Amino acid sequence: MQPKELERVARQIRLRDLQAVYAAGAGHIGGEMSVIDILTALYFRVLRIWPDEPKRPERDRFVLSKGHAACALYVTLAKRGFFAEDELSTFLQPHSRLNGHPNCNKVPGVETNTGPLGHGLPVAVGMAKAAKLSGADYHTYVVTGDGEMQEGSNWEAIMAAAQFGLNNLTLVIDHNRFQQGAALSDTNDLAPLRPKLEAFGWEVTEIDGNDMEQVVPALEHRGSLPHCIVAHTNKGQGISFMQDRVEWHHKVPNKQQYEIALAELSEAL
Amino acid sequence: MNAPVSTSNLHDCRDAFAATLERLAAEDAKVVAVCNDSVGSSKLGDFKAKFPERLVNVGIAEQNLVGIGAGLANGGRLPFVCGASCFLTGRALEQIKADISYSNANVKLVGISSGMAYGELGPTHHSIEDFAWTRVLPNLPVIAPCDRIETAAAVEWAASYAGPCFLRLSRVGVPDLLPDDHKFVLGRANVLRQGSDVTLIANGTLTHRLAKAAEILASRGIEARVLNMATVRPIDEEAIVAAARETGAIVTAEEHSIFGGLGSAVAEVVVDHAPVPMKRLGVPGIYAPTGSAEFLLDEFGMAPSAIADQAASLIMRK
Repeated sequence: MQPKELERVARQIRLRDLQAVYAAGAGHIGGEMSVIDILTALYFRVLRIWPDEPKRPERDRFVLSKGHAACALYVTLAKRGFFAEDELSTFLQPHSRLNGHPNCNKVPGVETNTGPLGHGLPVAVGMAKAAKLSGADYHTYVVTGDGEMQEGSNWEAIMAAAQFGLNNLTLVIDHNRFQQGAALSDTNDLAPLRPKLEAFGWEVTEIDGNDMEQVVPALEHRGSLPHCIVAHTNKGQGISFMQDRVEWHHKVPNKQQYEIALAELSEAL
Repeated sequence: MNAPVSTSNLHDCRDAFAATLERLAAEDAKVVAVCNDSVGSSKLGDFKAKFPERLVNVGIAEQNLVGIGAGLANGGRLPFVCGASCFLTGRALEQIKADISYSNANVKLVGISSGMAYGELGPTHHSIEDFAWTRVLPNLPVIAPCDRIETAAAVEWAASYAGPCFLRLSRVGVPDLLPDDHKFVLGRANVLRQGSDVTLIANGTLTHRLAKAAEILASRGIEARVLNMATVRPIDEEAIVAAARETGAIVTAEEHSIFGGLGSAVAEVVVDHAPVPMKRLGVPGIYAPTGSAEFLLDEFGMAPSAIADQAASLIMRK
């Protein structure tokens, strides 16, 4: 799928995500909107996957370490055929397998349970190391939030990936500049990310993570080092009044806001 | 009655663990050992020499140790994740919960030098909370073998079991207690001695102390049943209920806090199904003073003679 087509799919996923969060009355819409272009590029172009055979050993691995953006992952997986899109209406409902954070034992296509931050990258390092040990040629991708990089476990994993020579691992940092309660710059800035990762032995690419023309080649890049993509994104991307507003980390739109957002996203279709 | 056991009869269960793991690795290329700069303390030196590429040393980084273990399992490897039990379970408990237990990842967690094995190194290095922390987690069998034979059998079992588990090993020498051909069965206690007056239940380094306590009791005309209960979860409810009904009193002993460990697990079954007087022996909810593991076990009332005295007085409450 070419970038223009991927952009169209991403807009559809944004719209469905908005509907699901509004219907459920909960979600993490800001960080879902920021990461959807990356998820779309992965699932509709980059990942080697078999939706009807989600555990096929040679599949590429994807870990959504920022598990609170589960709704965006569910919409993407459903749209890609891992399960029926009708099921999205059960998001957060009693006994639904579509929990607030993804469960690998219930939802096809989910590789490991995430939710507590700083877990996905170490697990992804293990996946990539397993491929090195067995000679498998699958690639491992992991998406973290930027605030999540404050967790020390990530830096343990970053060191290990370089030590193990994991050039079959790509880390995407969804750098939307806001964490739950405030801007990163007012909390623990982490900036600049690029030289930190480079100093730890990684190759780093910085892109506009909401520009499909930049997202796709960055994800498809292969080199000799573990690869980090610092994806500069916007929290609430695609919905004007949410964009770069910290309160939309997990706020739910009221009816009027929902209709405005719906109209903006529909217009873009 | 308290003559020290000849040290030549005592065995470090880590040796049985390492030898079994090496044999399994020779048979199955999927077997990998993962450690946190603990090649020596986990006795993985020979493994490293034989299978250098399959020894994954993550350095001093326990969260990563467990997370990488989960990823290796996802990638089709069979990881034995080894580290000092205090750091493995304490530092990485959330990883054990989310990445291993909740994700049901096929990872074998091996806590080395558990309990008070590090003795004089003090409470930071003691792991007397690990039963409590791990046995509340679904999908995660918790196992503390009593001798080198059961250790080898449990490692063999773990490799064949399709799911995670936590093996709690010591470095303190223990004598052989089980027959050479012992097969480990998850959740099944072993009757080491039959008796009808009282039941003594332990695992790990305490089982052989109970066996001696039972001999002391026998010399006083008290017949104690001795159960080796390696599996703390799933606990052997049947054996506990039978012990309660047939002997009417239960003493537990463990190299662990008396809060939340084996004694608590036994008590939960007793309260639910067959209430009888109990005495739980272990570390009494304090940080231990300086001393070796053996010294501390005696200090906390778990010398065989002290265990026998506790059992004798418990019988009076029947």
